[in-house]
Amino acid sequence: MTDLLGPHAGFILAAYLAAAVILGGLATAILLDRRAQRRALAALEERGVGRRGGSAP
Amino acid sequence: MASLTELANPARFMRLSNVLLPWLSGAAAVLLAVGFYLVWFVAPSDYQQGETIKIMYIHVPAAWLALMFYSMMTLSALGVLVWRHPLADVAQQAAAPIGACFALICLLTGSFWGKPMWGTYWVWDARLTSMLVLFLIYLGLIALRRAIDEPSRAGRAVAILTLVGCVNIPIIKFSVDWWSTLHQPASVLRLGGPTIHPSMLWPLVITAVGFTLLALALHCAAMQAEILRRRVRTLTIFEAERLDRLSLQAAQ
Repeated sequence: MTDLLGPHAGFILAAYLAAAVILGGLATAILLDRRAQRRALAALEERGVGRRGGSAP
Repeated sequence: MASLTELANPARFMRLSNVLLPWLSGAAAVLLAVGFYLVWFVAPSDYQQGETIKIMYIHVPAAWLALMFYSMMTLSALGVLVWRHPLADVAQQAAAPIGACFALICLLTGSFWGKPMWGTYWVWDARLTSMLVLFLIYLGLIALRRAIDEPSRAGRAVAILTLVGCVNIPIIKFSVDWWSTLHQPASVLRLGGPTIHPSMLWPLVITAVGFTLLALALHCAAMQAEILRRRVRTLTIFEAERLDRLSLQAAQ
């Protein structure tokens, strides 16, 4: 691969790696956060917590 | 305005975005796969820059998206301050980390491109410095949001700072025209049309659209997470108040 990319292969690969790591990290953080919030909401609703009804007995 | 408000209803947004997200993600994946196939196996190398031109296909879309997300945040800031719409605040909050990541990608890939072509990773010229300022503004907005506990106060403070910071957007765009810079002038989004050969322009357009759809999909997912977080916060407060009332009744 580095032969095909010429003398500046390291810079090209570093740029692509940096973009992949940043975007991969961002996507992972967002999806994990959404899953955590969904679970927290489901746990509250399972306990019967609601705006008007309050907790189930 | 009533229909606009209805459309921007959080519950309706959750329903719409649940339908939209798989399509956005799928289209982004297909376009990025096609775009990077063209970049790596079809598009020619540049006669001056050689294979380092491959960095352009992530650097340029990242720069566009960093600017686009800040522009979206500016519109959302108006929504927060003028119409006080909660979904505008959610959109603004969810956009900041995504815009910051694209600004960071733009800065890093620019450095990796600059070293072999300019002989330096960094130079304090107008385009690079104004882009760094945009990245720092994004970080400042994220920090300001976290520094204020009450969400609606935080939203208004962030909206005001966002409007102040939007003065940097035309500076970034026109810095290469207003000042003598090492960075090249615009070669795609310019009045006389693109100056890039179609064999490089099409892969760039396809990857740019792919990155845009990916960013919008991430924005939708981040907005969903934020709407859920606010719902959890509200219900937790209701629950705490109910438990307080119960303990008071038990004490009496």
